Amino acid sequence: MFRNVAAIYLHLAGLLQRKKAGTSLTRCLHQTFAMAKRLQARRLDGIDHNPWVEFSRMASEYDVVNLGQGFPDFPPPDFAVQAFQLALSSDYMLNQYTKAFGYPPLTEILASFFGKLLGQEIDPLKNVLVTVGAYGALFTAFQALVDEGDEVIIIEPFFDCYEPMTLMAGGRPVFVTLKLSPTQDGELDSASNWQLDPTELASKFTSRTKALVLNTPNNPLGKVFSEAELELVASLCQQHDVICISDEVYQWLVYDGHQHISIASLPGMWERTLTIGSAGKSFSATGWKVGWALGPDRLLKHLRTVHQNTIYHCPTQGQAAVAQSFQHEQARFGQASSYFVQLPEAVQRSRDHMVRSLQSVGLRPVIPQGSYFLIADISDFKSKMPDLPGDAEEPYDSRFVKWMIRNKGLAAIPASIFYSMPHRKHFDHYVRFCFVKDESTLQAMDEKLQRWKTELRP
Amino acid sequence: MFLAQRRLCSLDSRAKFLKTIYSSKILGLPASAMSLKITNAKRIEGLDSNVWVEFTKLAADPSVVNLGQGLPDISPPVYVKEKLSKIAAIDSLNQYTRGFGHPSLVKALACLYEKFYQNQINPNKEILVTIGAYGSLFNAIQGLIDKGDEVIIIMPFYDCYEPMVRMAGATPVFIPLRSKPVDGKRWSSSDWTLDPQELASKFNSKTKAIILNTPHNPIGKVYTKEELQVIADLCIKNDTLCISDEVYEWLVYTGNKHLKIATFPGMWERTITIGSAGKTFSVTGWKLGWSIGPNHLIKHLQTVQQNSVYTCATPLQEALAQAFWIDIKRMDDPECYFNSLPKELEVKRDRMVHLLESLGLKPIVPDGGYFIIADVSLLDADLSDMKDSNEPYDYKFVKWMTKNKKLSAIPVSAFCNEETKLQFEKFVRFCFIKKDSTLDAAEEIIKAWIRQKS
Repeated sequence: MFRNVAAIYLHLAGLLQRKKAGTSLTRCLHQTFAMAKRLQARRLDGIDHNPWVEFSRMASEYDVVNLGQGFPDFPPPDFAVQAFQLALSSDYMLNQYTKAFGYPPLTEILASFFGKLLGQEIDPLKNVLVTVGAYGALFTAFQALVDEGDEVIIIEPFFDCYEPMTLMAGGRPVFVTLKLSPTQDGELDSASNWQLDPTELASKFTSRTKALVLNTPNNPLGKVFSEAELELVASLCQQHDVICISDEVYQWLVYDGHQHISIASLPGMWERTLTIGSAGKSFSATGWKVGWALGPDRLLKHLRTVHQNTIYHCPTQGQAAVAQSFQHEQARFGQASSYFVQLPEAVQRSRDHMVRSLQSVGLRPVIPQGSYFLIADISDFKSKMPDLPGDAEEPYDSRFVKWMIRNKGLAAIPASIFYSMPHRKHFDHYVRFCFVKDESTLQAMDEKLQRWKTELRP
Repeated sequence: MFLAQRRLCSLDSRAKFLKTIYSSKILGLPASAMSLKITNAKRIEGLDSNVWVEFTKLAADPSVVNLGQGLPDISPPVYVKEKLSKIAAIDSLNQYTRGFGHPSLVKALACLYEKFYQNQINPNKEILVTIGAYGSLFNAIQGLIDKGDEVIIIMPFYDCYEPMVRMAGATPVFIPLRSKPVDGKRWSSSDWTLDPQELASKFNSKTKAIILNTPHNPIGKVYTKEELQVIADLCIKNDTLCISDEVYEWLVYTGNKHLKIATFPGMWERTITIGSAGKTFSVTGWKLGWSIGPNHLIKHLQTVQQNSVYTCATPLQEALAQAFWIDIKRMDDPECYFNSLPKELEVKRDRMVHLLESLGLKPIVPDGGYFIIADVSLLDADLSDMKDSNEPYDYKFVKWMTKNKKLSAIPVSAFCNEETKLQFEKFVRFCFIKKDSTLDAAEEIIKAWIRQKS
């Protein structure tokens, strides 16, 4: 490490800069800590990389319209904000621990609300677990049910945490890709044309398959799985005695009259499905980090064991606010005044706006039926400017996003991060945009695109 | 099922394929026989029982005076509540923040804790904000402890240490605190110590870490400089990490000083120091905690974080940051919560000591924390109703006391491992971070108990 004396002095000088006056040198000299034993646990192997950090940092360094990050830049609805205020100003004991597995008014309303939707008798104590976001529910599920050597089927493209969570639990991810059926020339592609091949899917199930992760509506594609597609997945899960982990955080964000269907409501599926939801996505309050897992007691009891040995409790006030917000929605369910009706209506308009605008510069969006996102095909750019700066093995879409941030003032996320390593090179011609943004943001996007258009080579 | 089948049959290429699937169901295998695979992961085997779930249910009866679970029934400071209220109205604070800790919070934590360490603390690389101190313990253990490692745990111990170590596939190695004889004088938490030779014998080549808890739950011991030096020397000699749970760091009573083992020579680079907003500001329901340490350790806790919860709630972190700034600016002021809370609690502690002594007990006076333990066998309670139960004495006693005296507490053997439950089975833990009316109610119960005895 130290090639010469000068380097040593420079290194120490650097360390000394952090020191306060009059303290010993001992700490400096121990900065390079070398433990004879291996330091970090093996379960962290291969999962330390975080693709988001780089793109978030770049988006904050440049003057960009940020369409990468997957959260709203508008506030939660008034009733939700008021619910939080109420939680803070009422009983001061809400500042203290609540029940470990969920604040009772929240588990009760979740049980009644989703019981109706799933056509299932849901017990708030046995069939509901409140978690730190849907992310926390996913983690709890993997830790509870996936063992060393278990296989977990993951449908690509996938929300990127499924793979490292499987690995951290000692499991082996088995990928199956949604494949695009070709469209007519000139027509925009639709997420519904991305489909699973039934034979290929069936071939992925082995005697070691423990779980399949389903995400509908899908991030990043925006696909809403149809009943037929869910029945296909369901029948295979039943045939092979596999657990279905169903990530349904975008369940209210469905467009064009599409219907979100929970696989747990299909015959034979409740007993083997964990249905995961998010208050953050439901109430446009991602910073509250309240999520839940619903399922049969025989699965939930194992999630409870993990929960009590990982975080034990979730924060109380956020749960109280979510309970109150669900009360509000339950009273208006299916009506025009329901947020779960108004939000997708408003977001659909944003989606349509973005779809129109992106095309003006030669990006070809894939129309999503649901979720916060769409992916846009950048093949034209790949053929016109194939050599963009980047690292040796860096996929094209990642280089494109960085170029777009630096030169066009727009931030997005490369779609290849939602693919397993070996498949990234086949899907490096897509970029993910988030359209759950305020009108002013979309207008700022339009300005950037208009400038981009003028800069296009003829 | 049949309706579905007909619908599916109308789809071209899938029909033939799906018919084969349905025919296997016609074989009539019962659902239960097909579920042999749906079992829990081995990592949680044997970790399903939990003392709190059982005892909080018992104490939930509103007519019971609850001195069991460590949760304040006093109000948090007004400015803490006010901060959260203002913040919740700010739009952007309702969305995701930085995964490893909200920027203003990690800056505040760095600023506060730099006062205790010799060096500046890098807020982004040397701090991680977690879901309570509980979450920090989990991240530290999952990040740094591997299958086959050994971890030294000092008994009695906060009950989550053992299952967390086991969940990581490691082996806990226990060492008890032992009391010196105290004839005549008042029993103090400082009378409970570790035997240095015994401690040294617990270290071997497999020892990855030792978990330290100071001030200690449940005894209330505040480790002295000499005691910490013994532990530090062994960590350095054996190349071991130290996970230091310091959630009660501000709650130390007259004549005692909380010391951070990470500030001892050679210890910063091998120590994770854990703190808690819940215990610092009496807001246990906010579930915010933090780990502080060198980047070469913290980065592994950060890896666990990005693969487990990813980020903590934003409005709570911002409110906490602002509350910290108020108190950081007035650390020498008696009004600073870090000073006023221990003063308030010392009065309550002394009141509890007096109450327990009036009942004929010999409580162990804690030097820190907000719990006090006492040997209850001297009360010779009639537990004949429960003689068939093979639970330890203190479990039976607490259940009896909850039912018959409407006073709840926690059995100390819950803080021991299987083999050593008997060493502490006569002790029961009382929590005294309670408002005066709660302690008044406890006093009434104890006075009636005394009358009934005589």
